[in-house]
Amino acid sequence: MKQFLAFIRKEFYHVFRDSKTLLMLFGLPIVLIILFGFALTNEIKNSKIMVCDLAKDEASKALIDKLEANKNFQVAGLLANPNQAEAAFRKGDIKLVIIFPENFNEDLLHLKQAQVQIQADASDPNTANTLTNYATNIIRNYQQDLVLNNQAPLRIETSVRMIYNPELKGTTNFVPGVIALVLLLICVLMTSVSIVREKEKGTMEVLLVSPLNPIMVIIAKAVPYLMLSLINLTVVILLSIFLLKMPINGSIFLLFFESTLLIITALSLGLLISNSTDSQQQAMLLSLMGMLIPVMLFTGFLFPLENMPLPLQVISNLVPSKWYYIIAKAIMIKGLGITAIWKETLILIGMTLVLLTISIRKFKIRLA
Amino acid sequence: MDLNEKVITTHKLTKRFGDFVATNEITFDVYKGEIFGFLGANGAGKTTAMRMLCGLSTPSSGEASIAGYDIYKETEKVKAHIGYMSQKFSLYEDLTVMENIRLFGGIYGMSNAYIKSKSEALIQQLGMEKEVKKLVGSLPLGWKQKLAFSVAVFHEPKIVFLDEPTGGVDPITRRQFWDLIYEAADRGITIFVTTHYMDEAEYCNRISMMVDGYIKALDSPTRLKQQYSAETMDEVFFELARGAQRKGD
Amino acid sequence: MPAVELQSISKTYNNGELKAVNEVSFSVKKGELFGLIGPDGAGKTSIFRILTTLLLPEQGQASVVGYDVVKDYKEIRKKVGYMPGKFSLYQDLSVQENLEFFATVFGTTIEANYDLIRDIYIQIEPFRHRRAGKLSGGMKQKLALCCALIHRPEVLLLDEPTTGVDTVSRKEFWEMLKRLKQEGITILVSTPYMDEATLCERIALIETGNILSIDTPEGIIRQFPKLLYAIKAARMSQLLRDIRQYPEVDSCHAFGEFHHITFRQNEDALAKLLGHLQNLQHQGLEIKAITPTIEDCFINLLAKA
Repeated sequence: MKQFLAFIRKEFYHVFRDSKTLLMLFGLPIVLIILFGFALTNEIKNSKIMVCDLAKDEASKALIDKLEANKNFQVAGLLANPNQAEAAFRKGDIKLVIIFPENFNEDLLHLKQAQVQIQADASDPNTANTLTNYATNIIRNYQQDLVLNNQAPLRIETSVRMIYNPELKGTTNFVPGVIALVLLLICVLMTSVSIVREKEKGTMEVLLVSPLNPIMVIIAKAVPYLMLSLINLTVVILLSIFLLKMPINGSIFLLFFESTLLIITALSLGLLISNSTDSQQQAMLLSLMGMLIPVMLFTGFLFPLENMPLPLQVISNLVPSKWYYIIAKAIMIKGLGITAIWKETLILIGMTLVLLTISIRKFKIRLA
Repeated sequence: MDLNEKVITTHKLTKRFGDFVATNEITFDVYKGEIFGFLGANGAGKTTAMRMLCGLSTPSSGEASIAGYDIYKETEKVKAHIGYMSQKFSLYEDLTVMENIRLFGGIYGMSNAYIKSKSEALIQQLGMEKEVKKLVGSLPLGWKQKLAFSVAVFHEPKIVFLDEPTGGVDPITRRQFWDLIYEAADRGITIFVTTHYMDEAEYCNRISMMVDGYIKALDSPTRLKQQYSAETMDEVFFELARGAQRKGD
Repeated sequence: MPAVELQSISKTYNNGELKAVNEVSFSVKKGELFGLIGPDGAGKTSIFRILTTLLLPEQGQASVVGYDVVKDYKEIRKKVGYMPGKFSLYQDLSVQENLEFFATVFGTTIEANYDLIRDIYIQIEPFRHRRAGKLSGGMKQKLALCCALIHRPEVLLLDEPTTGVDTVSRKEFWEMLKRLKQEGITILVSTPYMDEATLCERIALIETGNILSIDTPEGIIRQFPKLLYAIKAARMSQLLRDIRQYPEVDSCHAFGEFHHITFRQNEDALAKLLGHLQNLQHQGLEIKAITPTIEDCFINLLAKA
């Protein structure tokens, strides 16, 4: 235990005496948070929507057909009453619910105006916005067709309701993503570099020729970065709350627990990288290239995964940050508890265990 | 060695870093074709002095001319007339023998025809005909060192600076290396060797010994040994450097 | 039981392309100061790494304080003190922090074994708050030695401890080794500098993975097969060329101030050569019979191999 503590103290010395490491550790997250403040827009295809058709008349059916024919939408099912909309959103894959009130056609023909309500899951505001615009366009086109055919002025009013994020703040979407990115990137980079540095400087040689248990070396390497990452996490969350005015609707405790899980996953990954590289340069390249691109692509906060070709979607399942992103969004934006995210949590735990086992197994007790 | 022609002259050459005087008013001459050993303990100021002589660092005060060029005003000309080889960096390991020769010939502005004829002679002299197309990284250390020296004198500089040239090389290769140095000196190239290994020093015509930024002694190995009634240069060095105050790299 | 023993140890790199160590056998007695002498690339570091259980030998057996380097690696790691060729302490930690760290790693404290390192530590103690990276070569080496000794090892394995440090520090270092030997610690030390060979009790000369000779330094010098002469003149490089061209000369090598010569037959060859050189107008000729140095012996053994 004394050895363990001495080792951890040494790691902290390394971190605090190297301004470059410090800058990367604490500067990068802040830069990323601010950078990603400029959210991106993208086109969305085949989004699953649900329809609640209380009218069940000619006009509503015609409109549903049009929605279904559109490449952007896929009608996943029908709802019996509007109150089920929220439950549908909670499942996660439904982006939009379109509600036709009773007497839709009647109103349209006699009152010359009718209403359609569009409810959107705005926890991903870009998607919500885009999808709502698509739906409104379809409805407007239908209205124009009717006007041409009937030679009479008709109006269909669409009322839009954003669920979870009524103000459509972009931040709500990217913050969980940036947290995932920061935790994964920093942890992988830091652990891999810190171990490889010992190899490069030759100190690993001396450590190996000592009674230190290799497992202890690994854990002692990971603990300081775990602690630093938690500080980092706190900083990022505080920044998002106070700078980006983002609320956290769920349990902070649960969020920290899940984040710790991701950090451990990342530390194991870093360990794995350090086992297969011999120079800090290599480790840094591998961590950056091997992590940055997949995390950016497959987490889902920059590019919606549902738009990707199937093979890429399958690959995305291997990226831990994807699961963390789902979890973090659920906790931070939707305010859900563990019951809603236990599956993702289990997947993340499984990944961590596999990675940790491999990296401990592969840790070399010799030089070659 | 030609005592009528001085290729390096310094007068009270000094370099200060803030309050710290790295080299303190050093004054010496080196002759054409001389093998000159520039010795000192770690931190004595050797590296600083050599950087000034190579035109890489501007002196704080004092004068010096290298191959007839002033080290303040004509640094580019100084650089064109010197060669440099160190144990750490000398050749590109990922280039072949020939590519390295061509590269350094090109850097010093040699014509292609000159590079071609000269490199053939060089390869033959080193007996490396079969290795011409091999990567330098794959050659044994001794060969690399010999090649590195030959490349450093490829453009027939007036002076070649050698930084600990034969550390760790096997004794036979080392002799071959010194054969090359002798030959270059015979051609009139001045050899300026910095080292802290005394057995390298024994090959030199004259030796200067730096301690704490000053030149404490300057003479031939034989006379230094007589002066300090020592058996070996090691003992001479020990006598001189024992009282050194500065310990730093 | 020898403190260190190697039996036909071999090690290759790049899938057998590079033979680093070739059936090397030698043993170091308990309490001995044993030197492994050879140039860079001779295989010294590979041997040290095999003995410190960092590398697996491909062939042969080796033991340190009776433990097998493959099977009992954990035991060996407790019992040896190791100083790798490259300075391998934490440059961003202070002298004291480094020493404390390594003491704790080996499950001991500085105080427990202070008597062993005191003589060395006193010299660096004034700088105990300085970062190790800011120390001079000689002081780094002393600190590394302290760290290697902190757990009172039975065997000290020092890979090129004197490379890159100046003469004064080298001399001090060898004196420290002598004192440690008196404490009963077995020391295996490697060096590329032939002049350090005579400071060891026994030495092994090694080149490209092969042992050339194992003996006491005096024994190796006694085995030098010929008479050796040292010669000098005003124009040393011309002298070298002229001597080499002379048919009865067996070998002639530059040795600093002098050239060292051996002859094919010793009878009156020397006188004939001198006459020859005088005819060639060499000035200031001086010649004397000398005792070979380890470097002469090494060259001789290399030429034969």
